[in-house]
Amino acid sequence: MDLSAINPAVLFASLIVAATPILLAGLGELVVEKAGVLNLGVEGMMIVGAICGFAVAVNTGSPALGFIGGALGGAALSLIFAVLTQYLLANQVATGLALTLFGLGFAALIGQGYVGIKPPLTERLSFGPLSDIPVLGTVLLRHDLMVYLALLAVAGIWYVLNRTRVGLILRAVGENHDAAHALGYKVVRIRLLAIMFGGAMAGLGGAYLSLVRVPLWTEGMTSGAGWIALALVVFASWRPGRLMLGAWLFGGITVLQLNLQAAGAKVPVEYLQMSPYVITILVLVVMSARGGRAMGAPAALGRSFHATH
Amino acid sequence: MIRLEKRPTPSRFWVGATPVIAVILTMIAGGIMFAALGKNPFEAIRIIFWDPLFDPNLSSYSRPQLLVKAGPLILIAIGLSLGFRAGIWNIGAEGQYIIGAICGAAVGLAFYPAAGWYIFPLMVVAGALGGIVWAMIPALLRTFFNTSEILVSLLLVYVAQALLASMALGALRNPQGGGFPGSRNLAQYPAASNPELFAGTGIHWGVIVAFVAVIAAYVMLQRHILGFNIKLTGQAPRAAKFSGVSPMALVLICMGTSGALAGLAGLFEVAGPSGKISIDFASGYGFTAIIVAFLGRLNPIGILLAGLLMALTYIGGELAQFMLGLPKASIQAFQGMLLFFLLALDLLSNYRPRLAKREAA
Amino acid sequence: MIYGLVRPDSGRMLLRGAPYQPAKPSEARQNGVAMVFQHFSLFEALNVAENVALGMENPPPMRELAERIRAVSQEYGLPLDPAKLVGDLSAGERQRVEIIRCLLQDPKLLIMDEPTSVLTPQEVGILFQTLRQLSAEGTAILYISHKLEEIRSLCDEATILRRGKVVATCTPRDKTARELAELMVGQVLTPPAKAPKPPGPVALEVTGLSVASPNPFGTALKDVSFTLRQGEVLGIAGVAGNGQDELLLAMSGEILSPEAAVKIAGQPVGRLGPNARRALGLVAAPEERLGHAAAPDMSLTENALLSSYVRKGFLKRGFIGWGAVEEFAQGIIKAFDVRTPGSHVAARALSGGNLQKFVIGREILQEPSVIVVNQPTWGVDAAAAAAIRQALLDLAARGAAVVAISQDLDELVEISDSFAALNEGRMTRPRPAQGLTVDEIGLMMGGAHGMDVAHHHEQQGASA
Repeated sequence: MDLSAINPAVLFASLIVAATPILLAGLGELVVEKAGVLNLGVEGMMIVGAICGFAVAVNTGSPALGFIGGALGGAALSLIFAVLTQYLLANQVATGLALTLFGLGFAALIGQGYVGIKPPLTERLSFGPLSDIPVLGTVLLRHDLMVYLALLAVAGIWYVLNRTRVGLILRAVGENHDAAHALGYKVVRIRLLAIMFGGAMAGLGGAYLSLVRVPLWTEGMTSGAGWIALALVVFASWRPGRLMLGAWLFGGITVLQLNLQAAGAKVPVEYLQMSPYVITILVLVVMSARGGRAMGAPAALGRSFHATH
Repeated sequence: MIRLEKRPTPSRFWVGATPVIAVILTMIAGGIMFAALGKNPFEAIRIIFWDPLFDPNLSSYSRPQLLVKAGPLILIAIGLSLGFRAGIWNIGAEGQYIIGAICGAAVGLAFYPAAGWYIFPLMVVAGALGGIVWAMIPALLRTFFNTSEILVSLLLVYVAQALLASMALGALRNPQGGGFPGSRNLAQYPAASNPELFAGTGIHWGVIVAFVAVIAAYVMLQRHILGFNIKLTGQAPRAAKFSGVSPMALVLICMGTSGALAGLAGLFEVAGPSGKISIDFASGYGFTAIIVAFLGRLNPIGILLAGLLMALTYIGGELAQFMLGLPKASIQAFQGMLLFFLLALDLLSNYRPRLAKREAA
Repeated sequence: MIYGLVRPDSGRMLLRGAPYQPAKPSEARQNGVAMVFQHFSLFEALNVAENVALGMENPPPMRELAERIRAVSQEYGLPLDPAKLVGDLSAGERQRVEIIRCLLQDPKLLIMDEPTSVLTPQEVGILFQTLRQLSAEGTAILYISHKLEEIRSLCDEATILRRGKVVATCTPRDKTARELAELMVGQVLTPPAKAPKPPGPVALEVTGLSVASPNPFGTALKDVSFTLRQGEVLGIAGVAGNGQDELLLAMSGEILSPEAAVKIAGQPVGRLGPNARRALGLVAAPEERLGHAAAPDMSLTENALLSSYVRKGFLKRGFIGWGAVEEFAQGIIKAFDVRTPGSHVAARALSGGNLQKFVIGREILQEPSVIVVNQPTWGVDAAAAAAIRQALLDLAARGAAVVAISQDLDELVEISDSFAALNEGRMTRPRPAQGLTVDEIGLMMGGAHGMDVAHHHEQQGASA
């Protein structure tokens, strides 16, 4: 095994890229859960976003349009979830699962004609000479626009949730929907918008996978990224900043395990492949052992709302 | 404007009618989807739902396949339904299915080539235990650390799949397989195989165990205090605590049972229809069983019917793939759609839609 | 409806002489209508200032709002810390949050729905002073209550509603409480008869019971002790949220405690669950009927089984004898006059009072040696309430020990032999009920409960 083949700066740079899809999807889910809705369909929305983004980018030749297409695809799928859970009062856990199963099948269906095609290249931004600064330039200043947008979204979502009236209302709805309704807030409409925002973010994350991270379309290519995004929200105690750290941690493990494979580690490949999932479980355990309430789980999470008066 | 009014008692009519309506709506929506793919929708629906059972040329092959596919689906779904009723969400049955198959096959292969009546029963025990152990990980984490069993059980599926790959390539690889991945074929090792018991029916031990599980679950839910406690916990957790139900014990029982049944399903599959541990052994039964459980309204008899229907879409889907060139994934989308319609229609059993008139003031 | 939550099906409303039909609460707020809710309009995980901001149309920036909350709350004698989490406040303080939320909008009409149900008598006095001050400043107040004395002391005019219909309008000061009660209920009340009884042997003994609350914003019990003899009724008063729920849970076995902290007839049961305690004779009826004492979607027969199978022997090797359970359910329905089409009906289809009769009946018909009830007549009409109290007294007369936790002081005075009060999880020493005055009871319940010192509750927040 040749560990010297692993360059820490490159590793760190690819860690940030590896973290971006789950960071985007996780941020979306965080907002959804803050509004009191548990959408387990992240995996399904991500993969639909991945194929929609991929198809649009291939057909138009524009990665930017591809990302928009991915976001719209994810949002459209989340609309099914929103209608079922918010208007038809379906169980959120079951509906989320259905969304994942449907999304995986549906994406494979659209994606038949796209296997083996290369998508148009998503360009990296250039910060001129700054990008050539050793280490720092490699790690931080040589990425594509989406990486920076994802980081911006972390700050933006934190600000909106904690410093604005919209955020306050969103948290209020997630905390106690009956009280929010009694005060005259449109619980269903607010949740609907939150769910669609979550769908769009998951779709973006999926599109990032198929357009930048891999970049190819294969069936089932999300391979659990959506579930890891869900776990990250718990890990982050519903805080955007911590979510970013979690995504980096996970991205780091993924990249490190790939590098170890490439460096010819003595451990069988399969065990390296399962390590991100095992570590996610371990982190979940450590976080949840501290108790849900203290962590800031929204009190109305997963409960259906039906106005009785 | 339509207003929803909560029914004082859930409507029995709608509880029974919704799955049927959901199936019909799915056929219509699926037909539209097939038409959009440029296939004749009527032909596609006929091939999926009719030909496997009644086409004279095909049914001799597909009828036995119905039970072969329905067996594991029903077995897994029965286990899942108990947990789902109690609000315990084991969605990692696919992982428990894989581990059950690995453990059962490992025991069988360890005896190779000895003969003995005790080998197959030992494999059955090992398969069930494997499933239980894999299900106990999320169960214990939930009871002791309050970790979401949804996420843990699901993430463990990916771990199980990696284990399966490592077994097929490593420890359980057939030493006489010329370096190809995959274990010895258990179907060719009589002491460890799970053969078709009645020629031309597709019935093997797994199918029989599935039927037994349906009856046992039915009796337990109707007549036994454990079944009552499961229902009570799902409907009103605080009332269950008041009644004296230990939520911890119930999580362990429900997860353990569903793990055992999923493990058994995996063992019967690996020793029978599949025959060996291979990289592509996992076929998604564990996930489809979730749809079966819901489609059957978490009711054992309903699950029996839903399992048969779902098996039919599997076989019909294969036929459609072969005859119309429909992609394999379209069946998955089809099954997901069925679940959507079912969840949407569920509303009607608990709420009554009312047209609300508004008077001008 | 006035607040815009529900739209009228017919008819019209006038506000200051002009037609008024708010489509939503924000419209009502713009018209100067503010409402203090009976419950569920606060957010426990948000702080006071955020809660207030949510109820305002155009709230100022948080820092400014916090200043105004401090100012207004001092002005009306209702001190509050804007940065505290609402979940850590007592019931009385939470109500202040609601009131201040209204006051900050200079309302012309203030609607209050059962505002005193969670207050001590002293807190009620302070509230009434505030309301009189507001009324003098020109604010109209619509005060909804079923407590007749309050209406008589506070209101200028009263309209009495029975099942959604106006039955009378009167000047309450001119009527006696009894006349008002009869207008409200529609029949003459009979207080339960109390038979004198000799004290029996000790049935329930609680010593130094301290347990944490299972709810994140609940109240921990601190060093609770009492002894109860057979045939004795112990009334426990207290404002909601002072540990009543926790006390019931610790008695029923839903919260476990050190072995010797709870003893049934001398046997330590602290570590035993509900069914083991039932076997020893202790049954309980929690406050919340739907979801705790009964499963809403299950039939009455299934709900009859829920807490009775140990004492009634309905199980044989775990299998349920549904025939016998059905008979038991019918028996409860008959003995307690539960109005229902049959035992197959789901619990949620029953009215609150009927379900309460069913729940209490289910426990009483098990002939327990100890029964613990929380809010036995909450939300129940007067006739049914009288029947439930009488049934509890009859049970005591047959030799059972009764613990009645209630916020209704009149009720406790009526049925109790001895009397205690819960305040922030601590319980006063039980005293004989005879000769206690309402003022004394009020002092037992916590006196000027947190009225002068808003930071008084920090200790509770830290330990909860």
